[in-house]
Amino acid sequence: MIKLYNYELSANCYKQRLFLSILGLDYEAITIEFFPGMEHKSEAFLEINPLGHIPVLDDDGFMVRDAHAILIYLAARYDPSGRWYPTGDPGLLAKTAQWLLFCEGTTSTASAARLHDSLHYDFDIDAVRAGAHRLFRVADEHLWFAEQEGYDWLVPTDHPTIADLALFPDVILSEEGGVSRQDYPALHRWTDRVKRIDGFTPMPGIFFAAPART
Amino acid sequence: MAPVASPCTDPVVLDMWHPISAVAEIKPGRVHTTQLLGSPVSYTLDGDGRPVVWRADPALRPGMPVDAARITERLPVIDRFCFVWTSYGDPPDRLFSIPEFDESDRRTFAAASIGVHTSAPRAVENFLDMGHFPYVHTGILGVEPHTEVVEYDVDITDDNEVVATRCLFYQPLAALAATKGQMTEYTYRVPHPYVAMLYKTAPPDPSRLDAIAIFLQAVTEEQIVAHNFLCMVDHTNTDSELKIFQQKIFGQDKPIIENQMPRRLPLAPRAETPIRADKSSITYRRWLADLGITYGVIPEAA
Repeated sequence: MIKLYNYELSANCYKQRLFLSILGLDYEAITIEFFPGMEHKSEAFLEINPLGHIPVLDDDGFMVRDAHAILIYLAARYDPSGRWYPTGDPGLLAKTAQWLLFCEGTTSTASAARLHDSLHYDFDIDAVRAGAHRLFRVADEHLWFAEQEGYDWLVPTDHPTIADLALFPDVILSEEGGVSRQDYPALHRWTDRVKRIDGFTPMPGIFFAAPART
Repeated sequence: MAPVASPCTDPVVLDMWHPISAVAEIKPGRVHTTQLLGSPVSYTLDGDGRPVVWRADPALRPGMPVDAARITERLPVIDRFCFVWTSYGDPPDRLFSIPEFDESDRRTFAAASIGVHTSAPRAVENFLDMGHFPYVHTGILGVEPHTEVVEYDVDITDDNEVVATRCLFYQPLAALAATKGQMTEYTYRVPHPYVAMLYKTAPPDPSRLDAIAIFLQAVTEEQIVAHNFLCMVDHTNTDSELKIFQQKIFGQDKPIIENQMPRRLPLAPRAETPIRADKSSITYRRWLADLGITYGVIPEAA
């Protein structure tokens, strides 16, 4: 049985819940009281992850930490189609890795702004918001051009990759950190497409897409 | 860094008690700083575990050790319902009461203090609303097609509190301790302009009521910290499980209230269009106007 050490309101933990739901995998969610209990820094949890971060995945004793590493593991292990993490195509694989690394940037900017505003973390709020806007602008332009070429997703292929799932939470929750998405229409359209992926599941702060117009 | 805002000048609000922190979140002998009504305040616990609050002094930065005995210019303080309350003015002798808090078998604790981009009155109003349950708390506090808000009563009590009674709603998972859907009866209370409470049937013992409150700290007029307080009849779930459940519910409400514009609550009767289900909100808005509150609201033009 897969176990996921996670916290309900964490954007990074949601990425794993979302992907597990899309893959249709059963798992046991073990809640770590990130706030206010700071349980991820407790001695008991440091035994599980000495870095004191969530999420951590335990797949029958095989432990993986770090949000994006877990997505890579789940895709490589449980997606026989090979489309979520396209290891068979060097170009697509490189682009997937590139956008996964991009998401480390949104974690330290958009996600940090949300932690500052919601959970009182001590960040330079103006700097992290400006950083988030810089990255959102890049992603918005990229997606606009991708749409012109007939692509719906970050990586130029006809199927979403784990990079889309890695970026989605920081974008869709950005307004909780005071980062408006008003100026990023392509990014907005892309969030609606992510919400329509089969097996999509929400988290507090994220809702299902409105029914499509017929 | 807290947002820059001009300090509150509303005399009614300045004289109220305001929550600033869960007692459990305070490191004794260390400086903590937050913002209340547009001005920074600092606080700590003294050697006896009693809270001490003062107007922030740039020389005493957050995290620094502090000898509470040396703080002579103190603000009024109450340690009540798991939170520290203070005031910039001349507050009443006592805070409102929550009789259930003193029942010995209750689980009472601070569930989380979460920052929200809205005014305190908008958050109170959302807390009083049942109509959003099936859409925002889908599968937990409501589910389609059970969307009707049936007629309920709203009164101002002799203690000058807003109270809504006979509020009935079908809930698939009314509390973590629930095992099946139920018609849940709610009573709502607004015992303080920036506090909303609800009482609802406790699934493990339907003869008793769980009590849940949000104590709102107005950081500015349009920025709050929502302090979640639980007073539960539940002998099964851990504190942590109950806290996370409450955080999940609150996390679902958060984007809804952050998207309500204007962020300050308009008090003019025709500023927003109420429906029958908004009876408690209409009474609350009128009550705020009668109290003369101007902070966090858009007063009716004279």
